[in-house]
Amino acid sequence: MSSKLSLYKEFTKGIWEQNTTFKQILGMCPVLAVTVSAINGLAMALATTFVLVFSSIIVAIVKKLIPDQVRIAAYILIIATFVTIVDMVMKASYPDLSKSLGPYIPLIVVNCVILGRQEAFASKNTVFRSFLDAVGMGAGVLLSLILLGAVRELFGSGTIFGIQLLPDFYEPMLVMILPAGAFITLGLMMGLFNQIALSNKEKQRKKTIEKYLSTKNSINDPVGV
Amino acid sequence: MELLVIFFGAAVVNNFVLSYFLGICPFIGVSNKISSAFSMGLAATFVMVLTAIVSWLIYNLILVPYDLDFLQYVAFILVIASLVQFVEMFIKKMSRPLYRALGIFLPLITTNCAILGLALFIVLRDYSFVESVVFGVGAGAGFTLAITIMAGIREELDLADVPKAFQGAPITLIVAGILALAFMGFAGMIS
Repeated sequence: MSSKLSLYKEFTKGIWEQNTTFKQILGMCPVLAVTVSAINGLAMALATTFVLVFSSIIVAIVKKLIPDQVRIAAYILIIATFVTIVDMVMKASYPDLSKSLGPYIPLIVVNCVILGRQEAFASKNTVFRSFLDAVGMGAGVLLSLILLGAVRELFGSGTIFGIQLLPDFYEPMLVMILPAGAFITLGLMMGLFNQIALSNKEKQRKKTIEKYLSTKNSINDPVGV
Repeated sequence: MELLVIFFGAAVVNNFVLSYFLGICPFIGVSNKISSAFSMGLAATFVMVLTAIVSWLIYNLILVPYDLDFLQYVAFILVIASLVQFVEMFIKKMSRPLYRALGIFLPLITTNCAILGLALFIVLRDYSFVESVVFGVGAGAGFTLAITIMAGIREELDLADVPKAFQGAPITLIVAGILALAFMGFAGMIS
């Protein structure tokens, strides 16, 4: 079975419609753990996207060679290889960042987003489509990690990407950069997005009803009103 | 004394779920009912202790002597995947009722980041063999504790009038946040 979406749609669906964090609720560990600041979120998202894109390409290339029974193990091995690459590069070029992300870089291996895309998409689609899908999903991860990181950093330390934004008299809310803040912020954000989606749907429904009523009135149907 | 500190450190003070965010997926996914949450916790604890033992042995007896420690992620994930498979077969043969109770949760454990996280922490903190085992038991106990408490709260939550937009995952996350706040009370216990 191969997907019939247009190539453009294949890319954009991951950004919001099927956003892994807010819509699919997958791969929550890194989302919650590293978003103490926006820069951490950015680094984590780039690492995840790198692994996602390259393992999707490899899986899409070798999908015919992997026996069905051991496919999950094969995917995990491919993912683990790329994670090792990312980890080594990061340790060598950005030692500080690598230290602050700690064990969460190696934990990308068990990130359900990546394994999920291999199982649900790359193993059934062409290389190019898998590439687009992986880049789109990666962009979605990037969006949600930066969003969450920025909100937590803003309220927790008054800065975004290390730049002071809130005035000096603002007392930073310590709880926001503690683990509890991660859960609560993400919960509230998810609720907010759900609320927006719900009210949009409600508006659409009202519009359809109005349109229906106005066409009825214009015909001047005595029973319709 | 040292070992007690490690045990309580892993179980309550630095709870795997509530302060390291490891194992969030089952924590949100399998915390609907106390009984299944408790079974999940036990299964995970079992695998965690075994992982602590096996990964310590592999890392210190094979990877380090032969200078292969760049292979640690690949090695650990293979160990965990095969361990889960092995445990599943073993339980199936030994105890049917236990297999039926844990059955569905066992395969899920492979992708539980708490297990791989445990192996990574053992390497990162340079634990000795005994310390690793105690750390594994503590982490498992902490995971079981967190997921069981969460399930207890969520059973009550079913009866509460939650706004429509917050039903499901959002309210669960907020409850988890409050739970994490409560667990912060243990922070002073071990300095």
